[in-house]
Amino acid sequence: MKLDSKVPEGPIGEKWTRHKFNLKLVNPANKRKYDVIVVGTGLAGASAAASLGELGYNVKAFCFQDSPRRAHSIAAQGGINAAKNYQNDGDSVYRLFYDTVKGGDYRAREANVHRLAEVSVNIIDQCVAQGVPFAREYGGLLANRSFGGAQVSRTFYARGQTGQQLLLGAYSALNRQIANGKVKMYNRTEMLDVVVVDGKARGIITRDLVTGKIEAHSAHAVLLCTGGYGNVFYLSTNAKGSNVTAAWRAHKKGAFFGNPCFTQIHPTCIPVSGDHQSKLTLMSESLRNDGRVWVPKTAIKGLKAKEAVAIKEEDRDYFLERRYPSFGNLVPRDVASRNAKYVCDEGRGVGSTGLAVFLDFADAIKRDGRKVIEQKYGNLFDMYQQITGDNPYEVPMMIFPAVHYTMGGLWVDYNLMTTVPGLYALGEANFSDHGANRLGASALMQGLADGYFVIPYTIGDYLANIGWNDKVGADHPAFKESMDQVKAGVDRLLNIKGTKTVDEFHRKLGLIMWEYCGMSRSEQGLTKAKKMIQELKAEFWRDVKILGGSSELNVELEKAGRVADFLELGELMVDDALNRSESCGGHFREESATPDGEAMRKDDEFAYVAAWEYKGDNQPEALHKEELKFENVKLTQRSYK
Amino acid sequence: MKITLKIWRQQGPNTKGHFKTYKLDHVSTDMSFLEMLDVLNQDLIKKGEEPVAFDHDCREGICGMCSLYINGRPHGPLQTTTCQLHMRTFSDGETITIEPWRASAFPILKDLVVDRSAFDRIQQAGGYISVNTGGVPDANEIPISKKIADEAMDAAQCIGCGACVAACKNASAMLFVSAKVSQFALLPQGKPERKERVEKMVAQMDAEGFGACTNTRACEAECPKGIQITNIARMNREYFSAMVSSYEVAAGEGGAG
Repeated sequence: MKLDSKVPEGPIGEKWTRHKFNLKLVNPANKRKYDVIVVGTGLAGASAAASLGELGYNVKAFCFQDSPRRAHSIAAQGGINAAKNYQNDGDSVYRLFYDTVKGGDYRAREANVHRLAEVSVNIIDQCVAQGVPFAREYGGLLANRSFGGAQVSRTFYARGQTGQQLLLGAYSALNRQIANGKVKMYNRTEMLDVVVVDGKARGIITRDLVTGKIEAHSAHAVLLCTGGYGNVFYLSTNAKGSNVTAAWRAHKKGAFFGNPCFTQIHPTCIPVSGDHQSKLTLMSESLRNDGRVWVPKTAIKGLKAKEAVAIKEEDRDYFLERRYPSFGNLVPRDVASRNAKYVCDEGRGVGSTGLAVFLDFADAIKRDGRKVIEQKYGNLFDMYQQITGDNPYEVPMMIFPAVHYTMGGLWVDYNLMTTVPGLYALGEANFSDHGANRLGASALMQGLADGYFVIPYTIGDYLANIGWNDKVGADHPAFKESMDQVKAGVDRLLNIKGTKTVDEFHRKLGLIMWEYCGMSRSEQGLTKAKKMIQELKAEFWRDVKILGGSSELNVELEKAGRVADFLELGELMVDDALNRSESCGGHFREESATPDGEAMRKDDEFAYVAAWEYKGDNQPEALHKEELKFENVKLTQRSYK
Repeated sequence: MKITLKIWRQQGPNTKGHFKTYKLDHVSTDMSFLEMLDVLNQDLIKKGEEPVAFDHDCREGICGMCSLYINGRPHGPLQTTTCQLHMRTFSDGETITIEPWRASAFPILKDLVVDRSAFDRIQQAGGYISVNTGGVPDANEIPISKKIADEAMDAAQCIGCGACVAACKNASAMLFVSAKVSQFALLPQGKPERKERVEKMVAQMDAEGFGACTNTRACEAECPKGIQITNIARMNREYFSAMVSSYEVAAGEGGAG
């Protein structure tokens, strides 16, 4: 199968406009004849479901949480980018486009990124109209800040809770459509399979997490807005429930998986405190605007934050400012994370585990006063104190990198359609816009761009082409077959009756992934990891212990299904990381570094999207390549020095 | 540290529940409260006893999914979410009682898990501004004074966890509903629909079986996000003004209470 990205012809600035005109439209009176399924209700899912409902389609939306408002987009803190140029500081659609392609280390598709930058301005308008209370200046206009390495102030924010406010905006739009009867909402319901008939996605199989009932839902098209798979590492900044199951089951039904190894490790998280740790908490990257990152010049074992205050200026190594004088503490996430790892590898890490660096606000407080800092970061400082017991107004914070976001995801074309016709992937669930590294404040932008401003156009073209008669009912044998398979899968898990808990397997998998497929990767380590994952997978299916039955609320059973999928995904991530023997963005291969330890891309060999095709249980997956053409952005080695 | 837990166990919505006592002797002070329950559940599974079901997701205090009535207070002794509560708040040897949210509008599904979909239905009744995607004015064409924007944001921070209902002796949802009503009543974008909104949301709140407000302020004292009862006062004003002046009166019996 040849991958067709369906990128439209024409100059980059006109592609989307032309494409929108060329897309077929569904007659307004006919929209009610089409059914669309939306899985996931984060920014991408809620905005898509609401917008499609407004257009007149019949939408069924699904979330595994108890309410669509809980989706993990809610936890995004820092902000959302938009090329409004309200600050008169030289921003433009083209600059946002350029920054995003460059920031992604030239592994994203130019046309998608340009479209993202174009619609970014509409997103802010939309959210304000919905009543999202963005931060404002005294004159009443919107405030902006510079964020995560950007040289312009284009980030809009709502205190440290931007994701929450944007999601509640999309949730309110979704609620309006639920009230109008255009969206039917299924809470506490998990998608466990995609049904494909005659090569097209025709619906999904779900499990009601309260009653255990397995159900079939048919539709003309299925949208997966199910987020990323950072929880393959067990410890990540994702919510506990975030999982890959919907995307992975779709992958097994023919949707290719793009760049699975592209993982973002966020530099500013609260370090691990012990074996009981269940998740990692992100401290917004905006903190790097005023905080200075440092470790002692010579190793001091077990250095506490309280003791750090006494360390003299000349004995401190502000390693980001030293190595990257022009960007300093604001280097992109992958660079900041890797450098934190280096100083810890050298033994200069701080805290009881030695796996932390300081983020110090003393200078900022001296310069701007405590009040200003409190206004900017008050809630983050409170959160930090609550979790660690340290007061960051008085002692430096301790931070360490943690898995935060996955740039990889289901491969989609320009229309956001996967390799299965009628099956779409939006938001973090797809691979498309961030290349090998996502810039700060770009995830919210992409989720909402896909849901509000891309899918409402592109889905119409598919639906108009197939026609409303081209639908398969949930009574079709393919649905029954798929339901039987899902039920058999559930029973198989329950019948293992082994000795180890699901969490034990998940933690083990996480440690393997973090050690060998985390911030730094090598052929030797990855080869070892592959074998370890295979062994762990075999052990899981032999020895996992799940109590309770299938016809009830059974949390362990839910987790087991997700971990089973993570085990398979983990192996594919390792395969992908092995295949890509270059360093790019968040993917750092030790074999491909410049003499001073910076990532070295190999554009001749690897300027492509690696799209993996599932070939059956325990079979190696087939690699397909989508060549990336850069017609507008000049490929350079990223330098933040 | 060592602790004793008295936890409400209930197999399903229609079965009778009971307290069961567990002892844990390897609790670290750095653990979050939910991590302590994780440890308990791992022990239970190993022993062949079904783990305790409880709601949680983000574990960073923002999704609003975690609940738990701990020692007679929603989200426990601190004014934060249960996921942000750490074991250093408790003392060695302490007995901790854990119950689900108690309100007839939040029926129990299993153990400590309750059904809060009533909150969704209240939002669906009017917790939105009726704009479709696209066709909206430029964001800076709606100037909003910083003070108003900040106040709207204060109200908008509600995470919908339900602690206010659990804290209230009347199981009133006034703090939750008023937070959304306030956000939109303050903002110019929300003005065109302010009357119908408050009427519809209050009517739905009553229909869901939440109790009336008697100004005990327990909700405000327990809200993990510091939502203030001034919002309730604002909602009452909005409701009263809507009642005497709006075109359609959606609310039947009851009222904003």
